[in-house]
Amino acid sequence: MKHVPELESARGFSPEGRTVRTTEDGTLNEVDENAVEAALALREMSPESSDAEVVAVTLGPATAVDAVRRALQMGADRGVHISDDALTGADYATTARVLAAAVRQLGAADAVITGMAALDGLGAVVPSLLAAELGLPQLTVAHEVTYTGPPDHMVTITRDVAGATETWRAPLPAVISVTDVANSPRLPKMKEILAARTKEVATLTLADLDLPADEVVPRTEVLSVNQRPPREGPELVTDDDGNGGRKLAEYLISEGLI
Amino acid sequence: MTSPVIVYLDGDPLRSGVLEVLTLARGLGDVIALSPAPVGEQTVQTLGHYGVSRVLHVTADDADLTAPAAVGQGVADAAEELRATAVLLTSSFPTKEIAAHVAHRLAAGLLVDVGDLHWHEERLAGTKRAFGGTWDTSCAVTTARGVATVRPHAVAAEPAREPITAEVGAITVGASTPTGLELVDRQAHESSTDERPALAEAAVVVAGGRGTFGDFDPVHELADALGAAVGTTRDCVDEGWLPHDAQVGQTGVTVAPRLYIGAGISGAPHHIGGMSAARTIVAVNIDAEAPLVEMADFAVVGDLATVLTDAAEAIREHRGL
Repeated sequence: MKHVPELESARGFSPEGRTVRTTEDGTLNEVDENAVEAALALREMSPESSDAEVVAVTLGPATAVDAVRRALQMGADRGVHISDDALTGADYATTARVLAAAVRQLGAADAVITGMAALDGLGAVVPSLLAAELGLPQLTVAHEVTYTGPPDHMVTITRDVAGATETWRAPLPAVISVTDVANSPRLPKMKEILAARTKEVATLTLADLDLPADEVVPRTEVLSVNQRPPREGPELVTDDDGNGGRKLAEYLISEGLI
Repeated sequence: MTSPVIVYLDGDPLRSGVLEVLTLARGLGDVIALSPAPVGEQTVQTLGHYGVSRVLHVTADDADLTAPAAVGQGVADAAEELRATAVLLTSSFPTKEIAAHVAHRLAAGLLVDVGDLHWHEERLAGTKRAFGGTWDTSCAVTTARGVATVRPHAVAAEPAREPITAEVGAITVGASTPTGLELVDRQAHESSTDERPALAEAAVVVAGGRGTFGDFDPVHELADALGAAVGTTRDCVDEGWLPHDAQVGQTGVTVAPRLYIGAGISGAPHHIGGMSAARTIVAVNIDAEAPLVEMADFAVVGDLATVLTDAAEAIREHRGL
C-alpha cells in the first residue's frame, strides 16, 4: 500500500521533483483499502487458512507508516514499513524490487494484493513489475475476485480493460491488483482502532532486506517539474435567455472543434 | 539518429493512439513495428505512410502471446535482437502492463503516460501531466534503452512527409507464460464495435453526472451530434445509471480527448483526475461555482436538459443534418 497526498489537498512537487508528503494531508491510497479488504476476504473465503496472516507493507518516508496503521485498523495482523534515505526518488522499478524483497523476506506468501494504481502517480505498473520480480502470475485491475480453495487454490478475476471484459485465472501464489469497485472496504470500529495501536509495525531498511544500494538505483530521473499556469477561468454564459445551447454550439464551431 | 525504435501494435486495424505514437517515434529513429498477430495488407500500407520501415510479426515457440508477461518478454527479446534504443506503446491498462514487463526484462527505465518524447543527452525522455493536470514533469531514463507509453491525443497523428513501403517479416522470440495463468474468456464491449467511439480513445467525450438525475437522453443526443463517446462519474455508476466502463476517473477510464463536455458534473477530484488532460473543457451546470465550471474553458450556467438538446440541434443544423 502507499501513502499519498489527499486528493483534495494542494498536491505538488518539491524543487527536486519529489512528491510533497506531509502527515496533515496524507492518507492511505484509497484503492489500497480495497486491497486490504480483498486480503481479509480471501482469508475468510478459505477457512482452512483461518490462521493465515495479513501483513500490510508500505515503502515511503516516516509519514508513510500512517498507511500501514489504517490497514491494521481494518484487520491486518501486522505491518512492515520500509524506510531508507537511499530510496528517495525511487522509481517504479526500484519500488517493485524493494517490495518484492520484502515479500520474499516474509516467507511463502499465498497472495500479494495491491490497489490497481496509486492515485498520485497513476502509473499502474508496479503490480506488473512486482509480479515480474517475484516470478508470479498476475491477476490485475480486477473488479471481481473469486477463490476456489483447496486443492487447486485457484483465483479467478474479471476486469474491464481497453473495451473488453476479460476473465483470467491462476493458481496461488499470485499477484492480484483490485479496483475500487472490487469490494466495499470495511469501516473499522472503535475497538479495532484501539486494538490496532498494539499491533506490531516493523521498520526495515535496505540492509534489513539484504538489498545492496547498487541494486536499487532508479532507472529514471526527474529533469524538471513545472506548475502549469492556472486556467484563466471560463468564458461564462447563462441560459437565462434560452440561448445557452446555441452559444455552446457557436463556441465549439468557432474553436474548430466540430 | 537512425537507431531502431520499436512501436508495439495492439491490434489490426490500428488504434488511433498507435498512429500518434508512430508520429512521435519517427522523430526518434528508424521505426520498426512489432505485432503479436499477423498484420493485414491495408495496415502495412498505413504503417508505411507513417514512416514504418519494417513490420514484424512476433511469435514465441514456448508461449501464447496473450498474457502481459509473455508479450512483454517477447517484445523485450525482439528489442534486444534488433538493438532498439526505445520501445514505445500506447497507454491503456493492458499496454502499460506489457510495457512494465518489457522494461523489467530489458532492465530499462520506464516512462508512463507521457505526452511527448525526445532524446535528452542520448537518453529517452518525455513529459507527463501530474496531479490532475496541474503540473508537468519531465523525466529521462538513466539506462541505454528506454520504454515509454504515450497517452492518447497528446499529439495529432500525422503521416510522414514521404511514405515508404514497409518491409514485412517475422521474428521468433523467447517468452514464457507464468505457470497456470490462463485467459478464460474475453468479450469485446458493444460500445467499441457500434458507432460510438471507445471512451478511452475518443477525440470527443460528453459526460453526464448527478445533475442528469438519471436521464441520459440529452447526453446521448449531444454525443451523437458530435460523434462523441459518453462518459459519467462514479456516483452515477453507483446509482446504476450507466455501466462501470463508462466511469471517467482515476480508478475508471482516464480520458484525454480534444474536447470534453461535462454536464451536471460538479467535479470531484476523482473525476477531474481522469479528464483534466482534455485539451478543451466545457461545463454545463446550474451551479456557476462548481469546480468543473471553474476549470472549464467555456461554461453554460443552466439546465443541462435544455442546453444539451439545443446545442445538439444547432450542431446538426451546422452540419446540415
